Amino acid sequence: MSTTLTIAGIVIKDLYRRKDFYVLFVLTALITLVMGSVNLFHDDHIVRYLKEMCLLLIWICSLVIAITTTARQIPMERESRTIFPLLAKPVTRTQVILGKFLGCWLACAITLLVFYLFFGVAAMSKEHQWPLANYFQAMTLHWIMLGVVVSMALVGSLVFSAASANTTICFVVVTFILLLGRHLDKVAMQVPQPASSALEALFFTIPHLEFFDLRDLVVHDWPPVRWLVCLKAIAYASAYAGFFLLAACLLFRRKALT
Amino acid sequence: MNAALSQDCGLPTPSQATNPDITPSAESILRIENLCVDYRTNTSGSRSSAKRTVDGLNLSVNQGEVFGFLGPNGAGKTTTMNVLLGFINATSGDAYLFGTTVREPIARQRIGYLPELTYYYKFLSAEELLRFYARIFKIPRAETERRIDQVLKLVELEHARKRQIKTYSKGMQQRVGLAQALINDPDLLILDEPTSGLDPIGRMKVREIIQRLKTEGKTVFFSSHELGEVETVCDRVAILDQGRLKLEGRVSDLAEQYRLSLEQLFLKVVGYSPSKPTHLPS
Repeated sequence: MSTTLTIAGIVIKDLYRRKDFYVLFVLTALITLVMGSVNLFHDDHIVRYLKEMCLLLIWICSLVIAITTTARQIPMERESRTIFPLLAKPVTRTQVILGKFLGCWLACAITLLVFYLFFGVAAMSKEHQWPLANYFQAMTLHWIMLGVVVSMALVGSLVFSAASANTTICFVVVTFILLLGRHLDKVAMQVPQPASSALEALFFTIPHLEFFDLRDLVVHDWPPVRWLVCLKAIAYASAYAGFFLLAACLLFRRKALT
Repeated sequence: MNAALSQDCGLPTPSQATNPDITPSAESILRIENLCVDYRTNTSGSRSSAKRTVDGLNLSVNQGEVFGFLGPNGAGKTTTMNVLLGFINATSGDAYLFGTTVREPIARQRIGYLPELTYYYKFLSAEELLRFYARIFKIPRAETERRIDQVLKLVELEHARKRQIKTYSKGMQQRVGLAQALINDPDLLILDEPTSGLDPIGRMKVREIIQRLKTEGKTVFFSSHELGEVETVCDRVAILDQGRLKLEGRVSDLAEQYRLSLEQLFLKVVGYSPSKPTHLPS
């Protein structure tokens, strides 16, 4: 486990020494603060729009960080040839994959902590309340969802040789799932066979990332989701992340490095 | 070595050339037995054919030796090293480090490896890089700090220890590579063309470090195209050509036996015949 954590540590260092994270945070903060400084139509509920926009930005930024950080890990190691001195140590390829996954996922946790803290402070300055349980649930499930995205991008980094191709494909797939995933079964009922069966199979195969989206709950101050439901969602994400990680380990074991 | 080939060259077989004092027995730190490596190459369309890059290689390196692994480009040196380091699997035969098969990661616990031209994590400083590798070897924290001081002093990078690696020159990067290879105080060092791409001063520094390691009793297995350097530093050499071991023996014995410099011997072994010099137009 210590080897995996050591490799993860390098990924986290990589994140906070690059400019991507800071640029995205400053951009989110600027947009949110500019929007928060104006009170259009003197509407007391305008804060909901502010919260919605800020959360949307947080979702976009977190996906950008998760996908780009993960997609470059293995290609970067191969390109700069750092994979060779690393694997020449008593390290297995499985440990490298697990370390990369853990590092990217923990980097996402740090990112989310910073962004949600900013969101909490910005929302509190307008609403004078801090629904901690809602924020905690939204952030935790968001982070769990990113675990699936990170593991998926890790598999992609072993299939596609260029990090840019993997990044683009991951963005398209994740956007498709988040926007259209929940409607696939309804579309399947309206199209003829065999497209109907194919869409239905796709509906039951893809990881439904939208399950983890609790933005409405935070925006409208709804009561928190039942914890048992949260646990089921975590188990669902773990199954997908586990499957992708297993695939990544098997692919990396067979991958020729030279 | 293939007997026919050795007779063609008028050279002894590797077993004849090897010093009889050195036997691949208890003191063998590195042992290669009948190693064969095939690479799949796509020829026409989807049809693939296998190309043998290492062919029945037998080799052993004893404790405290500096062993030069020579051969022209494409001879199979790096492929052999890749098998030793577990990067690729052998098609047949096996290799052992400290008596443990190279397929086990634990075989790499006591080795240090310097690859040819590697760019280390450029966002880290030399100190952080060495701390990272020390953690992989599970070296205690106090010991890690002591070793970092020691290896950075050895490779003369103390002054730049806190600077990010991206600011280093090529020579400094190669020396930080050597430092990472030494962080676990290895008993065996595997160096793949350690002086490749370095200026004369950089080469001299790396050579001095290898010689210092030799005096400390470390075993060094390295490949190089710098035959003068190999002649100076190595106790024994092996010459590989087209995946086959052509010659192996003590540098001093070979020089005495053939009355040739290592470079002349190398060229003879690989079958190089110089063409007539062509005159350049004035």
